[in-house]
Amino acid sequence: MRHLNFSGEEILETIDMVRTEQLDVRTITVGISLLDCVSDSCEGLCGNVYDKVERVARDLRRVSADISEEFGLPIINNRIAVTPVALIAGRSGPLELLRIAETLDRAAHAVNVDFIGGFSAQVEKGMTQIDANLFAAIPEALAATQRVCASVNVGSTRAGLNMDAIAAMGRIVKQTAALTANANSIGCAKLVVFCNAVEDNPFMAGAFHGASEPECTVNVGVSGPGVVLRAIKAAGDVDFGTLASIIRRTAFKITRAGELVGRTAAARLGLPFGIVDLSLAPTPAEGDSVARILEEIGLDSVGTHGSTAALALLNDAVKKGGAMASSYVGGLSGAFIPLSEDAGMIEAAERGAITIDKLEAMTAVCSVGLDMIAIPGDTPAETIAAIIADEAAIGMINKKTTAVRLIPAVGKRVGDWVDFGGLLGRAPVIAVNTRSSSRLIARGGRIPSPLQALIN
Amino acid sequence: MPNQAPQPSGPQAGRAILTIIGSDRVGIIAGIANVLADANVNILDISQSVIREFFTMIMMVDLAGAAVSFHELSERLARKGAELSVRVEIQREEIFKAMHRI
Repeated sequence: MRHLNFSGEEILETIDMVRTEQLDVRTITVGISLLDCVSDSCEGLCGNVYDKVERVARDLRRVSADISEEFGLPIINNRIAVTPVALIAGRSGPLELLRIAETLDRAAHAVNVDFIGGFSAQVEKGMTQIDANLFAAIPEALAATQRVCASVNVGSTRAGLNMDAIAAMGRIVKQTAALTANANSIGCAKLVVFCNAVEDNPFMAGAFHGASEPECTVNVGVSGPGVVLRAIKAAGDVDFGTLASIIRRTAFKITRAGELVGRTAAARLGLPFGIVDLSLAPTPAEGDSVARILEEIGLDSVGTHGSTAALALLNDAVKKGGAMASSYVGGLSGAFIPLSEDAGMIEAAERGAITIDKLEAMTAVCSVGLDMIAIPGDTPAETIAAIIADEAAIGMINKKTTAVRLIPAVGKRVGDWVDFGGLLGRAPVIAVNTRSSSRLIARGGRIPSPLQALIN
Repeated sequence: MPNQAPQPSGPQAGRAILTIIGSDRVGIIAGIANVLADANVNILDISQSVIREFFTMIMMVDLAGAAVSFHELSERLARKGAELSVRVEIQREEIFKAMHRI
């Protein structure tokens, strides 16, 4: 055994992680700055944007496929994140912004990436004219394009919450749902409302290439709930210290694989490596579920009492293991609890074991927020805005990223099903509180930023 | 550390681990070795054992002189594996180093 430095057990463990436990790299996301694409005409801007995206990301698909084959590790999505469009669109009106969105979509098709994120604005303190124009363009842009994702940041711990922007987003989510009503309001699945948005997140729909980022960068999002589930199942009824240790060790291995993929992709694309986002991101595939992990920790069903505690343990242990494994951890990094993308969550919602209130509580201890939740189509815009405000308040006070991605599915009522297909999954429509929040939303203005001392 | 780890410089460089899983029978090593020889891939090391009730053969191979692309090699091995009723996986060594060595 002169050359073989690994035991058979180690080799088979890696192979099993991929073959039976759905270990994958969820995404390689190339971040591209569009700051140098500005132009005094919309045609000029669109031309520059298309050319730059095509030039930088032209080889992404091929490189990603090669790496996937050579390491024996599936890479599920290839994505692009660009500079928030509000920063480069100058004086564009809503119609011109729509053309920019269509340009991004064409570029995404040209280089064959799954999504392109960055139809975005950051308005936590206030809105400029271009921000307002971008807001107005979001519903049309998401209806007219397939791969473009939009996000807005409406609050931060430093700036507080922009309640005018939050009120506007309640209406925009509704309009987006209406414009894509014939496709289960899928436009809303491509729209995220953030508090404390991060600038290097590789996950959609909230990826954008922040203004503080370099020219281009390669970020990687790993996945692997199935691997964690298998590891804690094998351990049986151990105490929490042991459980945390098992999760940490598993997260370490997953993250190392992700970092290798990210660095190799960066080297082959000739771009700098950015970060590994070590999130546990579920898919609708059986076994690839964060909910099942929480249930294996000891819950009859996710959503029951104890769910928040189990999730807190999981989220923290994943971060600790991952942080040891990579020099540059970033993005959202934690456990995701989207409803429609997680088989265990879907079941819990179907049997009424999980409610939007419990989901909100759980988002206080994990990344990221109320994600991929179908709510009744007749939910008022003010109620959606109030849900966004609640979630943003959790992020603002706890100094963490929170996000809202709700789908008020047009024509659907509680108990009806909405099917998005693919990674976006399917979900039963769940209830929201029907008492009105309209006076709260009508006040307008900002909720001031919180004290950074006296933090109990 | 991953930052110092050598990056595979091209599709033909570096070493890979080939794993064959299935039931033991005559001709498995010969069949796989033939595919490797045709592709001018050198076998550096080989071991076989029963792991988790499966016959498992593990080879370390050197891709430096390979006459075909990784993709082509991987396809040829998969075809031969199907012929021999065994599962053949080939993966670059780095993935195991990343996951199992600090």
